[in-house]
Amino acid sequence: MKLTIELDGKTRTVEIGADAARGGGRLLCAIDGRSVEADAIEVAPGVYSILIEGTSFEVRVEPYAAGLRVGVGGREYAARIRDPRQWRRNRGAAEEAEGSQRVVAPMPGKVIRVLVKPGQTVETGKGLVVVEAMKMQNEVRSPKSGKVERVLVSEGQTVGAGDVLAVVT
Amino acid sequence: MFRKILIANRGEIAVRILRACREMNVRAVAVYSEVDRAALHVRLADEAYPIGAAPSRESYLSIDKIVRAARDAGCDAIHPGYGFLAENAAFARACGDAGITFIGPSPEAMEQLGSKTAARHVARETGVPTVPGTLDPIENAEAALAAAKPIGFPVVLKAVAGGGGKGMRLVESEAAMASAWRDASSEAQNAFGDGRLYIEKYLLRPRHIEIQILGDHHGHIVYLGERECSVQRRYQKVIEEAPSPVMTPELRRSMGEAAVKLARAGKYANAGTVEFLVDAERRFYFLEMNTRLQVEHPVTEMVTGLDLVKLQIRIASGERLQLAQDDIALRGHAIECRIYAEDPDNSFFPSPGKILERRVPTGPGIRLDDGVYAGWTVPNEYDPLLSKLIAWGGDRAEAIARLTRALGEHYALGIKTNVGLFRRILASRDFQDADIYTRWLDEFLSRGREIASAAPRAEDAALIAAALWHSHRAGASGGSGAPPSRAAESRWKIEGRREQLHRAPDPQ
Repeated sequence: MKLTIELDGKTRTVEIGADAARGGGRLLCAIDGRSVEADAIEVAPGVYSILIEGTSFEVRVEPYAAGLRVGVGGREYAARIRDPRQWRRNRGAAEEAEGSQRVVAPMPGKVIRVLVKPGQTVETGKGLVVVEAMKMQNEVRSPKSGKVERVLVSEGQTVGAGDVLAVVT
Repeated sequence: MFRKILIANRGEIAVRILRACREMNVRAVAVYSEVDRAALHVRLADEAYPIGAAPSRESYLSIDKIVRAARDAGCDAIHPGYGFLAENAAFARACGDAGITFIGPSPEAMEQLGSKTAARHVARETGVPTVPGTLDPIENAEAALAAAKPIGFPVVLKAVAGGGGKGMRLVESEAAMASAWRDASSEAQNAFGDGRLYIEKYLLRPRHIEIQILGDHHGHIVYLGERECSVQRRYQKVIEEAPSPVMTPELRRSMGEAAVKLARAGKYANAGTVEFLVDAERRFYFLEMNTRLQVEHPVTEMVTGLDLVKLQIRIASGERLQLAQDDIALRGHAIECRIYAEDPDNSFFPSPGKILERRVPTGPGIRLDDGVYAGWTVPNEYDPLLSKLIAWGGDRAEAIARLTRALGEHYALGIKTNVGLFRRILASRDFQDADIYTRWLDEFLSRGREIASAAPRAEDAALIAAALWHSHRAGASGGSGAPPSRAAESRWKIEGRREQLHRAPDPQ
């Protein structure tokens, strides 16, 4: 199986055998065409012990935003996987982000204040909505300069992580 | 000695107090809200009773329910921990009225020294230096503006009832006053049920250094050295250490004696902390007194060898404190970091949720005051503190090395934590040189990060793990379209279902 992985913005390719992909263990893989011999086992869900030429790495992998967060020691990488089988479906996302931005609640909580009105012009970083979670008030800011197209929440409303709070165009 | 103590708290501090009870052979009674039934403090307690719905007001802040639970369970004392009702004089009174000992100072001492404005009056009367500012609560934003002008900007707005950085705002200019006032006041109202604020001059590069005191009910008060808590984010302490790297024996003695003088003036008993700001010339200014056990008490315990919670319990039961000032010697260096469920890469937003996998550090010089476990769902309703990781070393450098090593062993999947932030702080030159002040971390964070250089092959390992993760999850189903974020969750669900299938059917 050949995958294209964007690691911290750099495009890389990883090829691993189908057997290895299933079970882990000793595997021969190609990274950007260079062959790498490794021994990889999943020691706990999302936690891998990987030996490469005797050097031991512990790697944690978990979903984060639209991709993965991969931690090795103190270093964390943002990874996005381009599986050729899924390539087509993911394509539209980037273009959509440029036009209108849906501003979502980063965590579950309660809307304490709505700071903007539909039609209002906003700069990047302008506070849109104040969400209270775990006793802290957090201002959710506009990701871009533009116009507030819609506000989808009202004060006092409970929101879940990922709920759309407002749309900025 | 008490027979049974109710712990009016949750999380790591409830567990900490429970451990002291157990070591003293006193029964520990937990209380819990609806979302905390499976919490660690409930699992470890000798007895546990429900006290209501998830919102604190209906459970951990309900004086009636907690006192009733204590009475029904036959408790002879209540330990309030920190936060919630710990500094609520009405609660201390209600305990007394019910014939239950409140483990802490008297309600009168709490009112006099725990209220920031009242304590500043006491400080002025006893000759303890204070930061320029208003002694009394201010009415509104206009009055705050008038009060700020003679002091000069920047100023800080602080909640009269406050603590932990809640209801607090820095105001750098006249123009910023109105919105800062609104935010601080409403946050204070939400957190403490009291929206009143006062104003203080903002010192340029002060260090936050606090003195731990301990007094018995027979008039004997000692100080147990200091803690430096200058690494703060939005006025919330992030890393604390003891001793302070800038402390001298002379300064320790004068700050310690000032703290004891203040406590004595307020007829204070039990554990308390007197907070000071210390400027570049090592002048100190009284900030406020916390009339309770502090979150960061473990660093004092590590360098003094004392168990503060046990001493609190002994003092409350009326015992004399068998500890003279000269008996107190500090040994080595201890550093604590507060591990929060929050995402440092995403504006520190809280990150409640289920902890899927977790490994906690152990080994030489490491102490973990823990409040959670793998499989526990961190609720949305409370403070996001998960646990406190404390390292002790023979000197500061060894403590830093041990803490760094321990942080490397820690991981939690399913929720985000601020562990990566601690590694960055500990690796920074400023922290290693102890060149820190209360605003240092905010500046450090705004400087942007230098990417740590990765070990050779670490990227290869990351790529292999990501590829394996993908092929096990999303890839295994032939790219059926399940987004990766759901994949991990469904794996757990599948695991759960499988477990249920394997479970033996009921004998009926």
